[in-house]
Amino acid sequence: MIRVQSEAFDAGAELNAFSTQAAGAGAVVSFTGVVRDVTGGLSGMEIEHYEGMTEKALGAIRADAMQRWELADSLVIHRFGRLEVGEVIMMVATASKHRKDAFEAAEFLMDYLKSRAPFWKKEITADGADWVASKDEDEDALSRW
Amino acid sequence: MQVLYFAWVRERIGVPREEVETSAVTVNDLVVELRAREERYDAAFADTSALRVALDQELAEFDAPLSGVREVAFFPPMTGG
Repeated sequence: MIRVQSEAFDAGAELNAFSTQAAGAGAVVSFTGVVRDVTGGLSGMEIEHYEGMTEKALGAIRADAMQRWELADSLVIHRFGRLEVGEVIMMVATASKHRKDAFEAAEFLMDYLKSRAPFWKKEITADGADWVASKDEDEDALSRW
Repeated sequence: MQVLYFAWVRERIGVPREEVETSAVTVNDLVVELRAREERYDAAFADTSALRVALDQELAEFDAPLSGVREVAFFPPMTGG
């Protein structure tokens, strides 16, 4: 399942529901991304996205993961709009019979949604706001798949 | 066609989307036309290696043809996750 939303969500509750629904899979892996204050001056984050393309891109990335690994199910939830420090930005979860498939597919989903899903983060501080620059290592991470 | 801008490209140009009448054959041709319009476009498209383009919501290259395309989007490299 893919969800793109501005509303906050409870990553623990989502994971429990996902695990229950994927009962029998045996292995569930999840990753949760949280707004962090690296420099000590962050007041929040604004996430912009390309409505329509976002859902398509995430759907294609998820379909690719489902094909490459033996997965019972996978979940991607990503927020947009204004987020405060400590709030959950996104989560992925994968369920499989095999631990290795669940781990690898979760990493694959993360790598691809970092640089192939149309989201842009802007960090807001007391001094103003700056778009987060993409990192070469995020692009390089795709080459391993 | 509809031309969309996101993140700092949107801020620099000043609008999120606009209807553009063009006979540009490729994305690069469209960029040349837009840059000739006004300084804000010229600044936004000064370095296309810092930009990405999507045609009808699929990532594409700047030498891609625009034939049949209804929606072109320009934006910086994505920073999801």
